[in-house]
Amino acid sequence: LTTSTDITPKVIAVDVAAVEGQRTGGSPPRRRRRGHGKPRRVAESQDRGILSSSDWRRPGIRWSARITHAVLLVVLIVVGLGPLLWLAKSAITPTQDTLQTPMALFPHGADWSTLSTAWNTVQISVQFLNTIWVAAGEWIVQIVVATKAGFALSVLRPRYGRFLYGLILGTLFVPSVVLLVPLYLTILNPPLIGTSLINTFWAVWLPAGASAFNVVLVKRFFDNLPKEIFEAARTDGAGAFRLFWSIVLPMSKPILGVVSVFAIIAAWKDYLWPLLVLRDPAIQPLSVRLPTLQDAIQLDVYLAALAISTLIPIVLFLIFQGLFLRGAGLGGAVKG
Amino acid sequence: MTAIDRARPIEATRHVGRRTPITWVRGGGLSSLLFLLPMLLIFGLFSWYPIVRAVVMSFQTTNLVSPPTFVGFDNFVQVLNDPLFWTAVGNTGLFALLALILGYPVPLIAAVLMSEVKRAKGLYSALAYLPVVVPPVVAVLLWKYFYDASPTGVFNTVLGWVGIPPQPWIQSATQAMPSIVVEATWAAAGGTIIIYLAALTSVSPELYDAAEVDGASIWKKIWHVTLPQLRAILLITLILQIIGTAQVFLEPFLFTSGGPVNSTVTILLLIYRYAFENSVGGDYGAATALSIMLAIFLAILSLVYFRVTRSWSQN
Repeated sequence: LTTSTDITPKVIAVDVAAVEGQRTGGSPPRRRRRGHGKPRRVAESQDRGILSSSDWRRPGIRWSARITHAVLLVVLIVVGLGPLLWLAKSAITPTQDTLQTPMALFPHGADWSTLSTAWNTVQISVQFLNTIWVAAGEWIVQIVVATKAGFALSVLRPRYGRFLYGLILGTLFVPSVVLLVPLYLTILNPPLIGTSLINTFWAVWLPAGASAFNVVLVKRFFDNLPKEIFEAARTDGAGAFRLFWSIVLPMSKPILGVVSVFAIIAAWKDYLWPLLVLRDPAIQPLSVRLPTLQDAIQLDVYLAALAISTLIPIVLFLIFQGLFLRGAGLGGAVKG
Repeated sequence: MTAIDRARPIEATRHVGRRTPITWVRGGGLSSLLFLLPMLLIFGLFSWYPIVRAVVMSFQTTNLVSPPTFVGFDNFVQVLNDPLFWTAVGNTGLFALLALILGYPVPLIAAVLMSEVKRAKGLYSALAYLPVVVPPVVAVLLWKYFYDASPTGVFNTVLGWVGIPPQPWIQSATQAMPSIVVEATWAAAGGTIIIYLAALTSVSPELYDAAEVDGASIWKKIWHVTLPQLRAILLITLILQIIGTAQVFLEPFLFTSGGPVNSTVTILLLIYRYAFENSVGGDYGAATALSIMLAIFLAILSLVYFRVTRSWSQN
């Protein structure tokens, strides 16, 4: 993730919003209002929803809207945050307390040692590092494949490019379940490479690169870069590689941010594929290891392991919240 | 080459002169190919080749010892004659139906309500999206514990507060599938809410103004302005949800591994069993045959769906 540390989330968020506007061809997306309250009255004519300002002035409607929103907030807290708070609480509650009174808050105090037991004795730390390693490798492969292919298809445009792009788009219509068995056999006995990739990280890294979604996203972004800059660079004698490295890539930080977040989250979530190809517990990521732990270790340590596994995605979400939420909207737009 | 020549885009220089390997390299043909190489290798080996291989394998008997032999439609016949096949189809259909009844209206209602929030809108979105961020395996394992059938299970404790007796949840053949659907909806609703919220911001305010001039009430505004404006995205999320639920694997696999009494065996679980949980070695032919059938079914379903909905929107 080192290459994207210099971009602040705010910049990414705004740029991604701009990308999204270009892509869908609609009006520029409205930015979230920051200082609530003050600009409301000025912006109201364009920024209204279902309820009009005269609706809001009627006490009956105003109060029922407020009550509805308060109820909605409570429901969202209970449903969205509740299970996570319960997990956080139970991760540091002794087993017997969780078994007998699951909803009580620390009836016999907290037991912080469960976290270190899960991390050191059960060696969640190994799977934790494996998960990061899997995510990092998948991220690099996806970035390399998507940016190079996107550059060739969008800027260099060889004659056969349209045909290749069609083949890439075609894979979007094939459900991933079709690939499951033949891909497994390919990993077991790959052509060209000659040796089985089972129980190596390559088995998860390389297939992750075959993401048509990424190539489409990056190519469309490159299509919208100003052509004059490419021509100016060529006049100055820049070759294809120089053009890619010094001009196109530095201009592509927003889309690289989107692809990176998608890649890392997808790697963190993946279960079935690593379950099939990473049989050795020493190289399994958290998602594959956790289900095998539930009957093998104490409940409190198990829940602590679950809590530790959830920590990184939640922290990433809280830091890059805007990017996540706009990415979710973008995903819906591209899939459709 | 002169500076003027170089100033042209590469696709223009390509046409200059006769095409020989040297002009091809000078015109940028080689560098195009070099840039495409990672994609060609990765997609070729891990996407295009396996797709073709899936089609071929569905007509073959494949084991890892002897070379594959063609058996015609035997694999398809074998799958269709498997008594578990129709169980799996029924269970997958039930999952899709329940997920539709529960999971389709909830995000829409939540998004419409959230779009009217004036203060701390970001907090609402973040809370709604939080379950999507939880790794799916962790979510299922956590809910599996919530569904503990003993009177001191988490959900049974909460039910006890309002005087409802303990439920068996995922341990009963009738309650297992609805329980799984509740968890799946919890895990997925946030993403759909965000998509709807984005669509709601693009509804033109003038339409609401116009509806008010005509004296429309709040409900009429929702019914005659909001929902029609969301129709395109609603139709897309509907078919995407059906395609997604038809391929459900993680939840039934981790919650119940298909039990109790096969009440949660889904199509993907059956494919997994054919290929990877077979004591006599993987039946790869049957597994690919079933996955090809599922893919063809989904493709036909989407085609029909888009044709039908297109004629609706024309009327």
